[in-house]
Amino acid sequence: MMIRTFHLLRLRRRAAGLAARLAALATLSAMVWLVAGPANADPKSTAARAGAPPTVNATIVYLTKDYREPPPLSLVDKVVTDKGIQGARIALEENNRTGRLIGQHYELLEALLGADANPVDKAKELIAGGHRLIVADLEAADLLAVADLPEARDALIFDVRTSDDVLRQEQCRNNVFHVPPNWAMRADALAQYLMWKRWRRWVLIVGQSPADEAYAAAMRRAAKRFGAKIVAERPYTFEAGSRRTDTGHQQIQSQMPMLTQGVPDHDVIVVADEADVFGDYLLFRTYEPRPVAGTHGLVAVAWHRAFEEYAGTQMQNRFEKKAGRIMLERDYTAWLAVRIIGEAVTRTGKSDAETLRAYILSDKFEVAGFKGQGMNFRPWDLQLRQPVLIAGPRALVSISPQEGFLHPKFLTDTLGFDEPESKCRLSASATDGSK
Amino acid sequence: MRRLLAMLVLPCLACAPAAADTIFVTNEKDNTVTVLDSETLKVVKTIPVGKRPRGIAITPDKKEVLVCVGDDDQLDVIDTETLEVVRRMDTGPDPELLDIDHKGERVYVANEDDGYVTVLERVSGKVLAEIEVGVEPEGMSVSPDDKIVAATSEATSMAHIIDTTTFEVMANILVDTRPRVAMFTQDGKHVWVSAEIGGTVAIIDAATYKIIKKLSFEIPGVRPELIQPMGIIFSQDGKRAFVAIGRANRIAVIDTATYETTNYILTGQRPWHMALSADGTKLYSANGLTNDLTVIDVATLKAEKSVPVGRLPWGVVVKPK
Repeated sequence: MMIRTFHLLRLRRRAAGLAARLAALATLSAMVWLVAGPANADPKSTAARAGAPPTVNATIVYLTKDYREPPPLSLVDKVVTDKGIQGARIALEENNRTGRLIGQHYELLEALLGADANPVDKAKELIAGGHRLIVADLEAADLLAVADLPEARDALIFDVRTSDDVLRQEQCRNNVFHVPPNWAMRADALAQYLMWKRWRRWVLIVGQSPADEAYAAAMRRAAKRFGAKIVAERPYTFEAGSRRTDTGHQQIQSQMPMLTQGVPDHDVIVVADEADVFGDYLLFRTYEPRPVAGTHGLVAVAWHRAFEEYAGTQMQNRFEKKAGRIMLERDYTAWLAVRIIGEAVTRTGKSDAETLRAYILSDKFEVAGFKGQGMNFRPWDLQLRQPVLIAGPRALVSISPQEGFLHPKFLTDTLGFDEPESKCRLSASATDGSK
Repeated sequence: MRRLLAMLVLPCLACAPAAADTIFVTNEKDNTVTVLDSETLKVVKTIPVGKRPRGIAITPDKKEVLVCVGDDDQLDVIDTETLEVVRRMDTGPDPELLDIDHKGERVYVANEDDGYVTVLERVSGKVLAEIEVGVEPEGMSVSPDDKIVAATSEATSMAHIIDTTTFEVMANILVDTRPRVAMFTQDGKHVWVSAEIGGTVAIIDAATYKIIKKLSFEIPGVRPELIQPMGIIFSQDGKRAFVAIGRANRIAVIDTATYETTNYILTGQRPWHMALSADGTKLYSANGLTNDLTVIDVATLKAEKSVPVGRLPWGVVVKPK
């Protein structure tokens, strides 16, 4: 008995000794690392040594092309040619900083196509190469064409560019998740604020591009939903103004009052000028002294430079340091898309599209995006639920949903197409989520 | 005249045994630290500091208060007698929150913009180590025995346990979304970590690095997305934990034996960090959106008063008389 106890003790001691030796070894290697550390001026370079080789690898494709975009109407806004991708790059870095700690590695495959290239061909090639995680900075027609490729059936496509309502309604797709708020969400966000202000009588001024009309339709819908009255509606039919008002301002100064003259009593001018042709010219030039809201003036956006709440300042600073310019909305949506993938990979420890899709649509999923609440996707149209910023040209004004607009499940579902009004019909397998 | 005043004042001080503490509050938007007298709750002084003051800590000898001034990449050191910034220490980019070891020798700083924890020698300001953690590090707590440090990374949703001898990260523990504050219990056995967006507090075993319990909060009439746990502090007897629930404008009181939330104390808007009076009878919360400090009686769990401080109050510490 004694002997046995003795043996057991020895055994235990031996085990303890081994553990101690292992610990000592670990400490030693740590010390070696420490000694090596100071020789390296840049502590970042030691990062690679910190972790073991990754056990999970995720490659995210960023697919875009050099579409023609109108230059910003205001000379204050710079022409930016790398919208979106800069946000994706920063999110990739963040994913990797997290991944490094738990054996995960992310890569961003940048497919930035020229003006003449066909993104559908590129998508085919990438999918054939085994890629399934796609951040799509594509216009609506290309987005649908890519989504409808037979080989893209089981891909996860994150739309970071479009606001078209039709893509969340009749033209929704099983494999397309929408990160930016659509027109209806933006219009509802703005309308809730206008109603909170009791600015109920609107004059709607609509530009001539199809997107202008789509935005105007969303504003009409919002007016009906929240009890505003569009007292008059006017098309903007003048020739598009030049970006330089020094040659055109006299004309504009008389055009804008004419455009807004002779309408019934109203509280606010709502402008639908998605094409950025005249919206800014309305400010301070309306016939009656009224605020301007819509695509210009007071706007509803996912991101704004003047936004600082919920650690937004950290993101703004991080972005400006890396990109050398301010963060725009598409940078934010692209950042968020890559973070959504990162979040799903982190939490599941997997990088296959099927697992990630199931997790993203489960009620466990939430992604943080500086909006003060976890965000997730509506299972009926795969649109990201999110608070929407209400911003003036130089400052944040509010964040919608507004106080008092209630919803039994998610207050953010008071913005855009709620389940009962959704015209999106996804296949059964797409809506496994319980939300 | 001065002597006469002193004579008038002194007997009165003698008759009030509970001498006043000094309360220091950082005002993120004002670039100041407000100093209050705990008895009168009047502002004694408003100290100008560097840009974007947030994290604040007092040294064990109570002689210095250290303030993270994020936009200056520095720590401002306030002399608690003269109430002036006497020196500055470089910390690396964007220091947000800090903790000081119990010997008063080292300062651990979370560099929010850069994803590092910087370890400084307190007296010399010498950088002893820069430890890479996750994205947007914030929470920082030194264990009672000074052997390990718990840090959090907001955007990585992790708590990191750092060995203070080797400066190695021993464990990365995935918690809920956007962890803000880490706090060791007085016995050093557990680390409590609040997750702002996740709406939970994870209680981590400091020896095994495993989450042993996750607390969540439900407040009748408060939307779930406003439940944003932030600051954590324990009562002096360790029996209660106070968790500031940010946008819910409340502090949750938790029984540390049962992990049940027993009370919610209504405060000013968005309480963030908290401190206890030296005798442990009062709890102070810095309320970001109402620009005030709420005083709570620890025995009755009643908010007694809110006093105005500067704009966007962030952190608070107490210096005993």
